[in-house]
Amino acid sequence: MLESLEWLLPPPVDFRQQIKELRAAIEAGEFARVEARLQALANHGLGLTQLEQLAKTTQRYAAAATKTDLRRVKLGLLGAGTLDVIAPALIATALRHNLLLEVVLADYGTTLQAACNPASEFRAQDPEFVLVSSDYRTLDLDGSFLGEEEGRSKVEFANQTLRATLDGLKSWVRGGILFQTVVPPMEPLFGSLDFTQSQSCYAMVSALNRTLGEWARAGELTLVDIARAATWVGLENWHDPARWHLAKMPFAMRFVPLYADLVGRVLAAITGKARKCLVLDLDNTLWGGVIGDDGLEGIVLGQGSAGGEAFLDIQRLAKRLRQRGVILAVCSKNEQDAALRPFREHPEMALTEDDIAVFHANWTDKAANLRAIADSLQIGVDALVFLDDNPAERAQVRRELPMVAVPELPEDPALYPRALMAGGWFEAVSFVEEDAKRADDYRAQIKRKELESTSDVAGYLESLQVVCTFKPFDAVSRARISQLVNKSNQFNLTTRRYTEAQIATAEADPELYTLQVRLSDRFGDSGMICVIIFRKDGQRWVNDTWLMSCRVLGRRVEEAVLAEVVRAARAEGVAQLVGEFIPSAKNRMVEKHYQKLGFTLLEDKGGQTIWGLDVEAYVTPDLPITIVRD
Amino acid sequence: MTRAEILAKIHDVMIDVLDLDELHITEKTTASDVDGWDSLSHLRLITETEAAFNVTFTTGEIERFENVGDMVAAIETKLQNR
Repeated sequence: MLESLEWLLPPPVDFRQQIKELRAAIEAGEFARVEARLQALANHGLGLTQLEQLAKTTQRYAAAATKTDLRRVKLGLLGAGTLDVIAPALIATALRHNLLLEVVLADYGTTLQAACNPASEFRAQDPEFVLVSSDYRTLDLDGSFLGEEEGRSKVEFANQTLRATLDGLKSWVRGGILFQTVVPPMEPLFGSLDFTQSQSCYAMVSALNRTLGEWARAGELTLVDIARAATWVGLENWHDPARWHLAKMPFAMRFVPLYADLVGRVLAAITGKARKCLVLDLDNTLWGGVIGDDGLEGIVLGQGSAGGEAFLDIQRLAKRLRQRGVILAVCSKNEQDAALRPFREHPEMALTEDDIAVFHANWTDKAANLRAIADSLQIGVDALVFLDDNPAERAQVRRELPMVAVPELPEDPALYPRALMAGGWFEAVSFVEEDAKRADDYRAQIKRKELESTSDVAGYLESLQVVCTFKPFDAVSRARISQLVNKSNQFNLTTRRYTEAQIATAEADPELYTLQVRLSDRFGDSGMICVIIFRKDGQRWVNDTWLMSCRVLGRRVEEAVLAEVVRAARAEGVAQLVGEFIPSAKNRMVEKHYQKLGFTLLEDKGGQTIWGLDVEAYVTPDLPITIVRD
Repeated sequence: MTRAEILAKIHDVMIDVLDLDELHITEKTTASDVDGWDSLSHLRLITETEAAFNVTFTTGEIERFENVGDMVAAIETKLQNR
């Protein structure tokens, strides 16, 4: 399943013809639908050469197109072996994860220099993200036979090399630093004893990976666990000694597509492009049979039959995903009442009605339903994964909405969980308490909307019983703050990204005013929904970062936040607040943010606007929000 | 498979791997005769050729390839020894 990316469709027979058409369109400057078509091609299980051709076409498109719905990312590759073969595969695969990728390479064998030398050519190209790959052979962990002590010092030396690379990168990389785990060799030295014998290459690699794990836990880097992926396909297959000797190719060429997808999904997660919602079909996806025809007693589900257990398995997987914060939705061609019956009455169901944030059972086409589901959750259609056993439905959705992830399903439902997870659509680079709550929160959001539609705005806000909790940045919330800073795109005035380490520095910086805002209401706790940074500049405070979760729009929270900032500014005798709007592809919605809050326009630099607020003249509004200061 | 048939199949692999619109090769063709056939694309060419014929070249064979004919010969031997 993994080598040929079987969760994707096989490549179209006219692949090359389509590439030619796209190239002609790009050359002619006709960009309409080119992006969607490039993405649609990337959504196939392409081989090495096809990835290369798609990459070349994508590069031409990226250079020529002025606007894109994809997130542009510049990735620097550092490390062991021939990365030139890998680069095009990464560019093509990134489309699959809604990214428009550019790759920057350092010369072979110059990792440390590229990372640490301020004048390095690599650094001059200013990659936003850097991926460091390491290999046991280039780290010299497979040298001649050593004593235990020497084994440890070998590992220590390799540690120091990686540490120096990391420190060098930390001083200048803006977006994020990714390190691959090191893949152990296949060949044993002692055999099973390698596990405990510290001078075996196997033990040395394990020790090194543990250290990388510690750095990752400390928020210094993001891991791409290639060592684990190698065990998925088997070390015997992963390693290709002939290609290593021939061209320093660090793994078998046939796994380049898989490797590229693993990197692509981590980049997606780190840039907030990972999928947020799993949309489930019902009949023959969550249970065997058709509920409308077979009835509650007739559907196959649960203990007692192998088939029933298989369907239970996919439900339990969906449930676990929900518990880690993935939103669940249902999209089924069914009568609503019939579709809900198993959720309400079938004793073997693992999923309950409460697990499902949005439930669409009707006879409208699925693409339209998916759009409606994304709308009601206020997330992009590109945040959806659609699981459906019916190839025709999958094809319709792919055709209409190429940005939706639609895994191919094998014939046997027992393999559905594997097919769903093999695609890595729900990759995460961090997990905090708020993530676990998120699925609940989206469900609460739907209930709020129902309430909103039945009452006037003021009465609605009163009835929500909103509570805002204000607090400066602190260590406990560091991970979540950094996550929001790096993921928020829409309600984000300046889109400045900071690493967790930079957030930590901000906590104690007397030149900064920082604020984290949590929100809860009668339907639930939304957790942290807003991050604010102002730079203190004498009589003025200048906004550096103002971002909010779009889920809390329309609840006057931004007004409460401004009132809180003014309160703090007054306490320090500040005369003016200065706000800035830096336009991005995604933040059009906050173009008038400062205007709405009563700021005056000071300057307009071609769309980038500067705003001022007279602190003394500001009148604190009366808001239907309870304020708590922690 | 005759040598001509093997050559024709290599032609098809090569035109795709090197992303060319047209290509004319004989057994005497070397890398310097073909646009885009450099050390990197060579790596892919070898891999895709192996896949197309379902054969595996040894490291030594690959090192000794000097022209297309050498590839044809290696493939011919492997197919005959099946």
